Amino acid sequence: MTLMTGDEKHGPSATSTLDVLWVLYDQVLRVAPDTVDDPGRDRFLLSKGHGPAAYYAVLAAKGFFPESWLADFGSAASRLGYHPDRNLIPGVEIASGSLGHGLPLGVGLAHGLIARGFAAPRVYVLVGDAELDEGSNSEAIVYAGAVGLPNLTVVAVDNRSSSYGWGPGGIEAQFAVSGWSAVRVSGRDHAALASAFRATSAGASSGSAGGPQLVVATVEGKG
Amino acid sequence: MTDMRTVFAAEASELLEEDPLTAVVLAEISDLFGKAAARHPDRVLNVGIREQLMVSVGGGLALAGMRPIVHTYAPFLVERAFEQVKLDLSHQGGHAVLASIGASYDAARAGRTHQAPEDVALIDSLPGFSVIVPGHPAEVRGPLREAVATLDAGSTYLRLSTESNREARPVSASLQTVRPGRRAVVVAVGPMLDPVLDAVGDLDVTVAYITTVRPFDADGLRSLEASSGAVVLVEPYLAGTSAFVVSSALASRPHRLLSLGVQRTELRRYGTPGDHAAWQGLDVAGIRRSVTSFLGLT
Repeated sequence: MTLMTGDEKHGPSATSTLDVLWVLYDQVLRVAPDTVDDPGRDRFLLSKGHGPAAYYAVLAAKGFFPESWLADFGSAASRLGYHPDRNLIPGVEIASGSLGHGLPLGVGLAHGLIARGFAAPRVYVLVGDAELDEGSNSEAIVYAGAVGLPNLTVVAVDNRSSSYGWGPGGIEAQFAVSGWSAVRVSGRDHAALASAFRATSAGASSGSAGGPQLVVATVEGKG
Repeated sequence: MTDMRTVFAAEASELLEEDPLTAVVLAEISDLFGKAAARHPDRVLNVGIREQLMVSVGGGLALAGMRPIVHTYAPFLVERAFEQVKLDLSHQGGHAVLASIGASYDAARAGRTHQAPEDVALIDSLPGFSVIVPGHPAEVRGPLREAVATLDAGSTYLRLSTESNREARPVSASLQTVRPGRRAVVVAVGPMLDPVLDAVGDLDVTVAYITTVRPFDADGLRSLEASSGAVVLVEPYLAGTSAFVVSSALASRPHRLLSLGVQRTELRRYGTPGDHAAWQGLDVAGIRRSVTSFLGLT
């Protein structure tokens, strides 16, 4: 990550997601550089496209693109912008940056995988707690819970950066009331994160949890 | 007579039967898909009154390799969720057919909230969208089928209306000459053909008809161009929406262009679509007045 300089404004945003991203790509997601076009792959959608340095670092470490791409992050010749673009970067599933698009896109993607008969792949969407301010997320949260989308996991990285927050029940209360299963873990605890993600996919495949799943990953507050 | 929307729903339902990759996304609008939804619950998705989600779900379906058709009232499809159209379809590189109903003032009595004369201009600000404006219910089926079949190449905006010409014409992506003339070329878009024909019946002008407004048939226009260089564009949406396309098609030669369409005014009036056409100068009398004045015939 130290190779990527210039986007320090989004530094806290980038580092808040690092452990979650690593656990997902290292232990959870069934996707690799040679399966980025496999229709049966898991999908990871970085909805919170701000501060993608951690995302780029993890993708490079896992071999989706050469590490040499990192050094000129944001330059005229670079494929790596301050917000990621799926059309430029192997392994990137959506172009993001404007907040509140990843989860609604993920709902459509989850529907599409079911309609195509792909029962195994899961859609994981990473959102920030402040990103949930965007009303488009509320549309998606209520709808996905109501129809019980079984192949959708949201991971909300909570660094308490939303100005007005989510009340005493936290983010998870907002999702739970719409029928989501929700769990909160430390966003720095790799074992706890991996266990939470495994529980969401296991619950779905065993049929014990029919609806979409939320993992809230608590990280230290934005400095 | 069956209206455009009924034809659209029947054909979309037929496509759902034929092609397991086709999907329809709705925002609590249409009872025309009840039977299709019962047959294909995984591919007819009603998201409730959530237009942002409706467009994004279309985008997500496209990312999954599906061929989505997204349908609701024009202002809610194009204007309310415009950033979703821009980012979740266009910017992602995913494609959908966006099919709207309502046009500029089909819902005259419903007022401004249900009127979208800006829709084509907005869609046209994005790269890669085809825009189809049928002029008759019988001109809906073929273009819808074609739009879905060519989704790999790009998205289509299909603008349906309760306004219609008396007779259907053969569906074509090209400019069609309806009648020849010498003093000007009058290009009528979709449902504007009948009022144009009635307005210029005794004038020595070419009347040409288009339903595919993007990509615009620039070669066709150049081949029709009158020696006077006079062109009149009559569009059933925001005046001038296609003016830059016509101007660039004729950039290499002297020409004059009159762009007729819906004005940038807030009328705050109800009435009928016919009333609005008259107030916008898009009825027979208004078009005749504008064309004769433009050609110095008054």
